Amino acid sequence: MIHSLFLINNGGDLFLEKHWKSVISRSVCDYFFEAREKAVEPDNVPPVIRTPHHYLINIYREKIFFVSVIQTEVPPLFVIEFLHRIAETFQDYFGECSETIIKDNVVIVYELLEEMLDNGFPLATESNILKELIRPPTILRSMVNTITGSSNVGETLPTGQLSTIPWRRAGVKYTNNEAYFDVVEEIDAILDKSGTTVFAEIQGVIDACVKMSGMPDLTLSFMNPRLLDDVSFHPCVRYKRWESERVISFIPPDGNFQLMSYHISAQNLVAIPVYVKQNISFFETGSSGRLDITVGPKQTMGKTVECLVVTVHMPKVVLSANLNATQGTYNYDPVTKILLWDIGKLNPQKLPNLKGSLSLQSGAPKPEENPSLNIDLKIQQLAISGLKVNRLDMYGEKYKPFKGVKYVTKAGKFQVRT
Amino acid sequence: MTDSKYFTTTKKGEIFELKAELNSDKKEKKKEAVKKVIASMTVGKDVSALFPDVVNCMQTDNLELKKLVYLYLMNYAKSQPDMAIMAVNTFVKDCEDPNPLIRALAVRTMGCIRVDKITEYLCEPLRKCLKDEDPYVRKTAAVCVAKLHDINAQLVEDQGFLDTLKDLISDSNPMVVANAVAALSEIAESHPNSNLLDLNPQTINKLLTALNECTEWGQIFILDCLANYTPRDDRESQSICERVTPRLSHANSAVVLSAVKVLMKFMEMLPKDLDYYGTLLKKLAPPLVTLLSAEPELQYVALRNINLIVQKRPEILKHEMKVFFVKYNDPIYVKLEKLDIMIRLASQANIAQVLAELKEYATEVDVDFVRKAVRAIGRCAIKVEQSAERCVSTLLDLIQTKVNYVVQEAIVVIKDIFRKYPNKYESVIATLCENLDSLDEPEARAAMIWIVGEYAERIDNADELLESFLEGFHDESTQVQLQLLTAIVKLFLKKPTETQELVQQVLSLATQDSDNPDLRDRGYIYWRLLSTDPVAAKEVVLAEKPLISEETDLIEPTLLEELICHIGTLASVYHKPPSAFVEGSRGVQHRRIPPRAGSVESAESPEVGQSGSSEAPPAVIPSQGDLLGDLLNLDLAPPTATVPSVQPSMQMGAMDLLGGGLDSLLGGDIGGSPSMGAGLGAAPTVMPAALGGAPAVGGGLGDLFDLGGGVGMPTGFYVVPKTLWLPAMKAKGLEISGTFARRGGIIQMDMSLTNKAMSVMTDFAIQFNRNSFGMAPAGPLQVLTPLSPNQTIDVSLPLSTNGPVMKMEPLNNLQVAVKNNIDVFYFSCQFPLSLLFVEDGKMERQVFLATWKDIPNDNEAQFQIKDVHLNSDAASNKLQGSNIFTIAKRTVEGQDMLYQSIKLTNSIWVLAEMRVQTGNPNYTLSIKCRAPEVCQFVYQCYEMVLKN
Repeated sequence: MIHSLFLINNGGDLFLEKHWKSVISRSVCDYFFEAREKAVEPDNVPPVIRTPHHYLINIYREKIFFVSVIQTEVPPLFVIEFLHRIAETFQDYFGECSETIIKDNVVIVYELLEEMLDNGFPLATESNILKELIRPPTILRSMVNTITGSSNVGETLPTGQLSTIPWRRAGVKYTNNEAYFDVVEEIDAILDKSGTTVFAEIQGVIDACVKMSGMPDLTLSFMNPRLLDDVSFHPCVRYKRWESERVISFIPPDGNFQLMSYHISAQNLVAIPVYVKQNISFFETGSSGRLDITVGPKQTMGKTVECLVVTVHMPKVVLSANLNATQGTYNYDPVTKILLWDIGKLNPQKLPNLKGSLSLQSGAPKPEENPSLNIDLKIQQLAISGLKVNRLDMYGEKYKPFKGVKYVTKAGKFQVRT
Repeated sequence: MTDSKYFTTTKKGEIFELKAELNSDKKEKKKEAVKKVIASMTVGKDVSALFPDVVNCMQTDNLELKKLVYLYLMNYAKSQPDMAIMAVNTFVKDCEDPNPLIRALAVRTMGCIRVDKITEYLCEPLRKCLKDEDPYVRKTAAVCVAKLHDINAQLVEDQGFLDTLKDLISDSNPMVVANAVAALSEIAESHPNSNLLDLNPQTINKLLTALNECTEWGQIFILDCLANYTPRDDRESQSICERVTPRLSHANSAVVLSAVKVLMKFMEMLPKDLDYYGTLLKKLAPPLVTLLSAEPELQYVALRNINLIVQKRPEILKHEMKVFFVKYNDPIYVKLEKLDIMIRLASQANIAQVLAELKEYATEVDVDFVRKAVRAIGRCAIKVEQSAERCVSTLLDLIQTKVNYVVQEAIVVIKDIFRKYPNKYESVIATLCENLDSLDEPEARAAMIWIVGEYAERIDNADELLESFLEGFHDESTQVQLQLLTAIVKLFLKKPTETQELVQQVLSLATQDSDNPDLRDRGYIYWRLLSTDPVAAKEVVLAEKPLISEETDLIEPTLLEELICHIGTLASVYHKPPSAFVEGSRGVQHRRIPPRAGSVESAESPEVGQSGSSEAPPAVIPSQGDLLGDLLNLDLAPPTATVPSVQPSMQMGAMDLLGGGLDSLLGGDIGGSPSMGAGLGAAPTVMPAALGGAPAVGGGLGDLFDLGGGVGMPTGFYVVPKTLWLPAMKAKGLEISGTFARRGGIIQMDMSLTNKAMSVMTDFAIQFNRNSFGMAPAGPLQVLTPLSPNQTIDVSLPLSTNGPVMKMEPLNNLQVAVKNNIDVFYFSCQFPLSLLFVEDGKMERQVFLATWKDIPNDNEAQFQIKDVHLNSDAASNKLQGSNIFTIAKRTVEGQDMLYQSIKLTNSIWVLAEMRVQTGNPNYTLSIKCRAPEVCQFVYQCYEMVLKN
């Protein structure tokens, strides 16, 4: 099981360690540093590192490496999932997960880690149970605590801990009962030079914010559930009902949670909302090149494309760019070699265009690789897959809750090859 | 107000300041002080000096303060064991607290304090907590048993905690069940042979019920535990699968993968014609695809496992090629894995798509990735014949880019394509030659030289090209030097007139000016060949090469099977069997996929059938890296026998047999186990021998008739006469001689202990070092009476093969330690491998055929057994006594071919073909095994059995 955890920042400083069994010397991290150095980019550090006596399993999140040490055969996915859960818990407690905030709340962090794992076995990882055991810091509470001397550790056994619905505490009370659902879809796509789709899929999630009194039993149904061929549910969802009736039936956790995620694969037709016409070329002589990019709407279902950003990773030899944008602003960072063009809203009548010349390091040969374009965008009030929520019913409680559904489509890993 | 204030220090010294604060009367101040201590601890500062002061704060009603003190205690108790005792009273009191949270906290913390004195006090509270009315306390206590076991395993067993823990599997609360399973699994890992997790249909049912209700982490533990179970029949297998399938839709990817493991394993048992089997296959694809949209670290582990799944059951993901397309911002470790899977999934149907992608990757930024992409194109060409032409033209396009490393990789793979499809694409050689100057990597240079040498007759200026390489001969790497030598010799044999000078030059460079023994040896061999018999040289050097196979890097089927049973573990990430891991391997047992239900078994054998029947590759070259070594073999070694040197142990045995060994053999064996046929080797027709052998053989008798004309009884296991293992001089008067025997399926070590000293010897005990096959004493050494001077006693020690495994040199070496009241003595002996031949080692004919084809030819070893005066039937009878089973016999042109199979205790199969020519006392023996290192020892057994 998980033996120890080390938190290491991007600069290679080890700023927190926690051991659940015997203490393991931090020198074990030298193997990690070695791998870190070899990988050059922090993203490229291999997740599982073998050392003579231990295995180091690590994740990289928010510029922090979470390095766990294990000694026996443990499913690595279990460890990785758990490390992500730790990061999420910090996010949940402190609003962000950064070195500064962890250092600022080191005692709570320590208490949390102790509560989440016992002897390397997960103990309590559900946010609402943890919050009953250890209250998250708020400015008001820490003020009150210092004055009254009360503590931020719960003194009673969390109620949800052992019930068959560990995700919900008993006795929840709200004056306004409300349930909101956000259907968020991300398009992952690769388009080739000519604009044909090489690969496209939709990663969808339904985030929920449910603040309702008592023990509401909810049923969410879709107009077109057949779209969803591959789903993963929050543990609260009754899988049998989904299998038989294609409805999502659940007793929700209190507050924010991810109800489900789904995946619509390349086999189905995935609508591509924009097209990109591009021409990036470098001349054999004269150390220069030309760039011309136009973006236009393709399948937007009548909605407006917003927050449109085009990112180009230029070859190393490109020194500067002298361009002209008909809309939005562009910026070329000569250190990271990233050209960022922030377009904003896409106007179908007047297509945005970025055009101009690139200057290259003099004497350098023509770059070998083709830069690729990354597109970022957002479309409000649209789930690009066409998924629609039909209705939400509540059983088990008497009141009438406010209900709402929001749709948004974003670009995930949306790449255009040149 | 943040915790960073706890890190500030004052001038007077931090420790001093903290000490004062810890002893303050004010509760709040105390708490703040403990927080500061904890903060220092988290960054690795040593605050152990404050131990007594912190422990004093433990007696408090404030839960937060208590928890903080506990945190401190866990970290430092080990360094201050005497002080830690101070805390015991509070712990014991807290275990009685009415608040379950406090009870659980106390038992949990006590378990984390790794101090012996504290653990003693832990037992009583723990026993109570294991039976606590509150499930929260019970589930915490379950984990505590695992902790305690880690500190003091004996104590846990003596106190009966293991049984209590087993009872918790039937607990009414699913969380308690999950934790009990987790704790038991962890304990079982350090206890290889214990029967801790005794799974039967009832417990399985309980686990499946708990599975639906416990937390996601608990589900992982339960699923991993389920995977160890072997269902009784296909119906049970199906019902477990049905109940596990919903886990595939869990949001936690570890749950999903553990469920995949259970399904992949149990699916093997389902008949393939069952509808449910097809449904299950379909259900597996979407969750695997979904794993690829998770965080990159999760993707990596998922991809490593998918790589296994794709090899085992390509049909699951055959339509999902596109999800493995590489995105430019994937981390490099994900990119490389995706690429690997793309090639595995490549088929005629999707090859166009795959090639287009690979070509795209070849223009990426990351050099490593680009290289691998180019190699992948070559692998596609070799795998999908129809695409070869397109692959070659893609590679040519890439060569035109003139990007240095792309060109080099392309040339390396084109060489492989030439070998796979000879005389098809040689038209491109001209293009390749244009890039000769840009090659600076040894592998690419070697590949190019190979091409020039191989096709010397079609390249007009081959001699010039090779000569240009020769200029800097001594600066080249060995790989290139060897290749250049061979290429020039090839050239000479093809165009002898113009190149005489060149060949002389290279031979003298290789033999006279080089320090490299490989190079020199090869040079001399060529030289001698060319000077004595040019025709033979031509035959050898220009011999037809075997084709290279389609898949060069498939995981060996038995290993794959084992890995499939370990999906989701570290083993699956490294693609190595769990036993290969030093630390984690203590308790890992080899897991096997259960055989499929009877209905289809006959048509298709469960294990080897699939890979064997579908595609039997003509020959396999292990990996690209070894290619050079292979080329060498090809050039030089036509498949003639390499006569092995006989191991010393053999000679010893033979010698002893001649000189008085027979007496000691008879005497020794009668002493040890009088009921067993003693002189089996000496008198093969003695009846007791046959009786001794027959029951163990099982169906052997029936099989005998099967062979047709099997006359006479099978002889029993041949026992080598006792040899002197430990001379009296080396062991203060204790002399040990001994031998090994296999009787009725039990391995025994027969020893004669002689006391040659003046005083009585008592208190004998024996122990083995780790050895290649995990042999270990199955019981204590039974020397009941003291051994008086000049007395000899014969003992027979039963052995098991479940001990720890470590490869020995030689493989059959066994290091033994014997203790008596005087001292401990060490000796080593070598056992005949036939000791490990098990009684059910008879393979089905079909399976034999498939397996034979399946094992690469490189693993085949040939031996001569000389001076055996037996006909083939008698020989096969004799061999059967030692569990070497003849499966089929064929007579071709007066030669009897016997096909034989052997199974070792660690489930390694050894296949053999023995050629017996009537009237010729020399047998030819070919042995094939996936673990080629055993062949030598198997041969020794043949020799030993047949000659005695």
